[in-house]
Amino acid sequence: MIKPEELVFGLDSFGDIPQDENGKSFTQAEAIRQVVKEAKMADELGIDVIALGEHHRADYAISSPDTVLAAIASITKKITLATGVTVLSSDDPVRVYERFATLEAISRGRAEAVLGRGSFTESFPLFGYDLQNYDVLFEEKLNLYSKLLEEKPVTWEGTTRAALKDADVFPKTDNGKIATRIAVGGSPESVVRTARYGFPLTLAIIGGSPERFNAYIELYKKAAAKFEQPAYPIAVHSHGVIADTDEEAIELGWNHIRASFVRIGQDRGWTPMSREQYEGEVQNGSFYVGSPETVAKRIARMIKTLGIGRFELVYGAGGLSANARERTIELYATKIIPKVRELLSEG
Amino acid sequence: MVKKIGILGAGKLGMVLGQLASRAGYQVYIAGSGSPEKIALTVEVLLPSAKALTAKEVIEKTDTLILALPLGKYQTLSAEQLAGKLVIDAMNYWWEVDGQRPELTDVSSSSSELVQNYLKKSIVVKAFNHMGYHNLYDEAKSKGQKKRKAIAIVGNNKDAVQKVAAIVDDFGFDPLDGGNLSQGIRMEPGSPVFGANLGYDELRTALASFETTKRGIEAKSAGNLAMK
Ligand SMILES: NC(=O)c1ccc[n+]([C@@H]2O[C@H](COP(=O)([O-])OP(=O)(O)OC[C@H]3O[C@@H](n4cnc5c(N)ncnc54)[C@H](OP(=O)(O)O)[C@@H]3O)[C@@H](O)[C@H]2O)c1
Repeated sequence: MIKPEELVFGLDSFGDIPQDENGKSFTQAEAIRQVVKEAKMADELGIDVIALGEHHRADYAISSPDTVLAAIASITKKITLATGVTVLSSDDPVRVYERFATLEAISRGRAEAVLGRGSFTESFPLFGYDLQNYDVLFEEKLNLYSKLLEEKPVTWEGTTRAALKDADVFPKTDNGKIATRIAVGGSPESVVRTARYGFPLTLAIIGGSPERFNAYIELYKKAAAKFEQPAYPIAVHSHGVIADTDEEAIELGWNHIRASFVRIGQDRGWTPMSREQYEGEVQNGSFYVGSPETVAKRIARMIKTLGIGRFELVYGAGGLSANARERTIELYATKIIPKVRELLSEG
Repeated sequence: MVKKIGILGAGKLGMVLGQLASRAGYQVYIAGSGSPEKIALTVEVLLPSAKALTAKEVIEKTDTLILALPLGKYQTLSAEQLAGKLVIDAMNYWWEVDGQRPELTDVSSSSSELVQNYLKKSIVVKAFNHMGYHNLYDEAKSKGQKKRKAIAIVGNNKDAVQKVAAIVDDFGFDPLDGGNLSQGIRMEPGSPVFGANLGYDELRTALASFETTKRGIEAKSAGNLAMK
């Protein structure tokens, strides 16, 4: 168990499009500026990490998270600047290295690349990749990326991009290594791969009981031991909204988090989430929705059950208003984080 | 005698169904697309009492198998090896994984009928496809518990449907006989039951309400919805 004072707390955004007080949607450009503003707020409030996810869809404004993070770097002091995720399968590992090394320079060592396969597939046709090669693309590119991380000339050959011969890639970082994690959904194979490459693991838990993931954490540890790699503290990322009262938060979650799940699910053929399902997620599942008191208890319980070292709250899903987003951030920083530490130190 | 079940596909769904089977006292045999070594560690941790084998070996070991591989890959299964077996089809057409495959969503037949057509000498029954894997894990409740969720089963061979009903019950759900394999279209992605996690009565209502959906109306006019 990680010491309560050493737990890391983060905020994650995909650049959802917020609304103003009158229910009017922000433009995508405004949505990006809102995230920059929120990240500054988070830094000032002492939150440890801001993580921005890459998407290529109308409901999310952030397709170039590292560019947004570069802007954030220049107006913040301490906060870790992470992605969540960078879709490595449809990106170029050399470019990914270059962008994060640049962010690392601008931010004086606060960059963190969080790589994954992503939960959407728009990037594949957009960048000319075949979804059927999903696995090979990720495996090969992770292989190359992990070589590039050594910051020495790389020789590499594969099927998904041009070979490299003694290629030296720049800029070099001051610390000698870009912090990198792998984020996974429910695929056990991805967990094993993360351990095999010796990266820390982030679990995206977007539904169901968190307890279910204990077995995945066990798998990560066993795999790390088998491949003689270190097993790092696990991070969990889940959705939530925090308001002054449970009632208010539950309605906001229903109107926004649930709404965004319904919209995304429809494309995949899922029936809209019922009130019963939603309330199940709020009470025992993976939506952290409620007053600071309620949410602190649920986060503390989850951290204890899974023995993780880092929690990231995905905030602002589904057109939540800018005011409600900022309120969530403020309550998370000032009420929930201290309370979670307190609850966990009581044992 | 210990009940045995084979699972083809060691991904998200295959692992969860394996866990439910183990919990219910079944001896589980499981395979991915490749060598058992590839899934050995995962199986050791997530399904400690199961045996990871090749697909061929899994088929040899058991008379009842669950298909938990991407539907787009059903033709990579060996119809010869599966001859004479009871095959539970838990697969769905998932465009993000399977790519554009119009034949898999054509309203003139349910996807399980295509599978049956390919596995000519097997008995195909559809079940476990209409609930997400984490819900299958979270919602499973042992027999006699209140507020159990239901799983629909369709198949042309009524003995086989009975057998699968017992498995559904063992795994933690109330079985609902939904008719012939052609009725499987009522359980596919986009239908009212898909991901709805319902109890028996509500599931029955939701299966019926498929007829009022756009796809239901299309299926009906293609002559594919006559209830037996
Ligand atoms: N995920 C859900 O919530 C859910 C719920 C209900 C139904 N389903 C259906 O269940 C199926 C599996 O979904 P999933 O989410 O579990 O996918 P997944 O995590 O990608 O797993 C698919 C598994 O199938 C294996 N496989 C591929 N070809 C095979 C073959 N010829 N023989 C044996 N195994 C083979 C894969 O092995 P390799 O990795 O070696 O290729 C992998 O282990 C799909 O048809 C899906 O629509 C899924």
